[in-house]
Amino acid sequence: MRTDLAVIGAGPAGLAGALAAHARGVRVTLVDAAPAPGGQFHRQPASGLRAARPQALHHQWRTWTRLHAALAASTVRLLTDHHVWCVERVSDGRADGFVVHALLGPEQERSVELHATALLLATGGYETVLPFPGWTLPGVVTAGGAQAMLKAGLVVPGRTAVVAGTGPLLLPVATALAAAGVSVAAVVESTGPRRLARYGGALAGKLPEAAGYAVRLLRHRVPCLARHTVLRAHGDDRVTGVTVAALDAQGRVRPRTERFLPCHTLAVSHGMLPHTDLATTLGCRLDGTAVAVDDQQRTDVPGVWAAGEATGTGGASLALAEGHLAGRSVAARLHGTPYTPAPAAVAARARLRRAADALHRACTPPAHWTDQVTDGTVVCRCEEVTAGEVREALGLGAGDLRSVKLLTRAGMGWCQGRICGPAVAGLTGCRLTPPRRPFAQPVPLGVLAAQHRHEPRAEPTPPPAEEGPS
Amino acid sequence: MGESLTCDVVVVGAGMTGAACALYAARAGLDVTVVDRGPVAGGTTGAGEGNLLVSDKTPGPELDLALLSLRLWGELAQELGKEIEYDPKGGLVVAGTPRALTSLERLAAGQRAAGVRAEPVPADRLADLEPHLAPDLAGGVHYPQDAQVMPALAAAHLLRASGARLLTGHEVTRVLRTRDGTVYGVRTDRGELHAPAVVNAAGTWGGELAARAGVSLPVLPRRGFVLVTEPLPPRIRRKVYAADYVADVAGDSAALQTSPVVEGTAAGPVLIGASRERVGFDRTLSLPAVRALAAGAIRLFPFLTTVRAIRTYAGFRPYLPDHLPAIGPDPRAPGLLHACGHEGAGIGLAPGTGHLIARALTGHATEPAFAAFRPDRFPDAPHQEDRR
Repeated sequence: MRTDLAVIGAGPAGLAGALAAHARGVRVTLVDAAPAPGGQFHRQPASGLRAARPQALHHQWRTWTRLHAALAASTVRLLTDHHVWCVERVSDGRADGFVVHALLGPEQERSVELHATALLLATGGYETVLPFPGWTLPGVVTAGGAQAMLKAGLVVPGRTAVVAGTGPLLLPVATALAAAGVSVAAVVESTGPRRLARYGGALAGKLPEAAGYAVRLLRHRVPCLARHTVLRAHGDDRVTGVTVAALDAQGRVRPRTERFLPCHTLAVSHGMLPHTDLATTLGCRLDGTAVAVDDQQRTDVPGVWAAGEATGTGGASLALAEGHLAGRSVAARLHGTPYTPAPAAVAARARLRRAADALHRACTPPAHWTDQVTDGTVVCRCEEVTAGEVREALGLGAGDLRSVKLLTRAGMGWCQGRICGPAVAGLTGCRLTPPRRPFAQPVPLGVLAAQHRHEPRAEPTPPPAEEGPS
Repeated sequence: MGESLTCDVVVVGAGMTGAACALYAARAGLDVTVVDRGPVAGGTTGAGEGNLLVSDKTPGPELDLALLSLRLWGELAQELGKEIEYDPKGGLVVAGTPRALTSLERLAAGQRAAGVRAEPVPADRLADLEPHLAPDLAGGVHYPQDAQVMPALAAAHLLRASGARLLTGHEVTRVLRTRDGTVYGVRTDRGELHAPAVVNAAGTWGGELAARAGVSLPVLPRRGFVLVTEPLPPRIRRKVYAADYVADVAGDSAALQTSPVVEGTAAGPVLIGASRERVGFDRTLSLPAVRALAAGAIRLFPFLTTVRAIRTYAGFRPYLPDHLPAIGPDPRAPGLLHACGHEGAGIGLAPGTGHLIARALTGHATEPAFAAFRPDRFPDAPHQEDRR
């Protein structure tokens, strides 16, 4: 398969980018792992469920119907159920380009290749959850996970829920749970209103949205406990309740403020992190944990653009603006015409990025969150590594996330540290640096071996790999 | 550490070799400080599989050092075996064709004469050792002495056992020498460390450290990729690799061209390593290299076809032009000792290296074992031909 522009990720950023480039005459292929476009934000109910009013659970439904109609009317090639495990930079002598390797379907046993001249990484983000005693109990889910269940499966997780953590995801998730008939015992947000007010200017645009959620939560009689945190989740086989407590101005638990809230579900979220695996393998520079881009959404690798949560989490509207500008820039570059930014998108991007930055600064986990993490608390679920073992690695000479991983196995398992990375960084004081993950997805050895057999033998570069035992 | 600190020996490098040097020097009664610009096991130690092999070595000084090291590893395992995940699992080298088997058996005969236990395994007995091996192999040789450690844990626990002072995050900017050339310590970005002896255990970066002492040592990186699979129930018991092209063992090159080593781990994943390429310090994923590894592993163990690789990573072996390490005092800079350039065998050869360095530090540098590993055996001009 060949295309001018391969867009990885069919969420808001990818859709906007694909449509903007397509509208300017670029052949576009849009690749996504899900069975339908939309990403996490516009996740669709499986058609077999025949949801009568899917919009009831969705935000900005009108934006979505507009994007969906434009995609349907376009000749953008849509490849769903394509799990991209690697993107390779290639040079065929005439021009540089990219090969997108994707595993097909739910079985993921066969890999296909998509050759592209340009690449737009709209790989989105994933949720951060920090550990606390009891967080591995069944019934403890991520806020985004609870939302995904509601949006896709329409299954309500438990009768009583607590929504806890920090960040902009808590209010919409609590609202959606309440709207779906779940009794939400409390929203537990570690950031206080005063801290939010400090960033009031930049957040002004977010206020109507937040106020809307607050009103709906009031209507459902959901109490919001600001500057509170979950100390532990209780239960034997599954969660039966949580202990919450108030925090002081320094982020420490205030003595004698603990209280018990019974619940069947605890939805937690401590923010989002960008998916950067494909970008780092391509050699794109990161800025902190996000892909670094310029004002045209270009990465520092020629031919690679990035937009949306991958370049720093900021929500769907920001992703749309960034994706649109990226699509315009790609078209200009491929046609050799000057880049003409859309003033409205440029202004929206600037405003929404300011708001996102302010939210990030306001909604940080409490400064002393690690105090609550007992040595026996499992931090890395894949390898069952406890907080005590992670702390001990420092005494053995670990000094960064990689050496902590080597000495404890935290981050070596199936999720490759995507879940435990922030927790390990917090517990050890090491900087959170996204590790290299050359495989963005697990890939069958048979797929790699088959590609080896198809490789031309007389290839001049790269030098033949010698093999040996050590 | 703003001011200077005095000890008997400064070891530069907190990898496996530095840890072994620190341990044996401390046990010889010396006051040791280990300094590294990164964390423990931050370089090639953290990128290796922890092979302790005699099977891949032809008779000569390196095999002698490997045999000494394996014996020392066995002693260390008495104290630290569990912490460092020591596993005397043995190695199995298999041949795909009768011709390759003949060459392999000739190599094994030479190794046996040098003191290696190498037991021929006829084709119909291979399945007794490794039930999941491909059925069409010509035969093999079993090396019961081959073993395994978890290299990062081994480095960390040997350092802890040494009792040496450990300064991570300190970069040595210069090896200090008096006007007559004698080494008297190192300068780091956080102060000076004074000692009459400095050991260069900087691995792949050993050439750089040598240059900071004003001498040349042509250590260059040789990249290797390792593939790691999803966790599996134990199916591969030993270190298994194929010897498809055993060159004439009597000949000068005696190069054992082999397929990847495939082995199970206690934690479940199967490790497949490792490719060899001379491409400088380039960590970019090479799909051709990992494809070759996967294909080689499946040739040996067909069940791996459907097993998923969850990770791959690159490391840089420190190699010297004659593929032997530099171990011992540097006559060009009295007080400077080298312990680097072990290419892909650094974990296996670490205790022997540490033992030799401790002997040299206590005035026994005239032993014949040092002759082959002399650090000043290369011409002084910077070695460029292998740079690409």
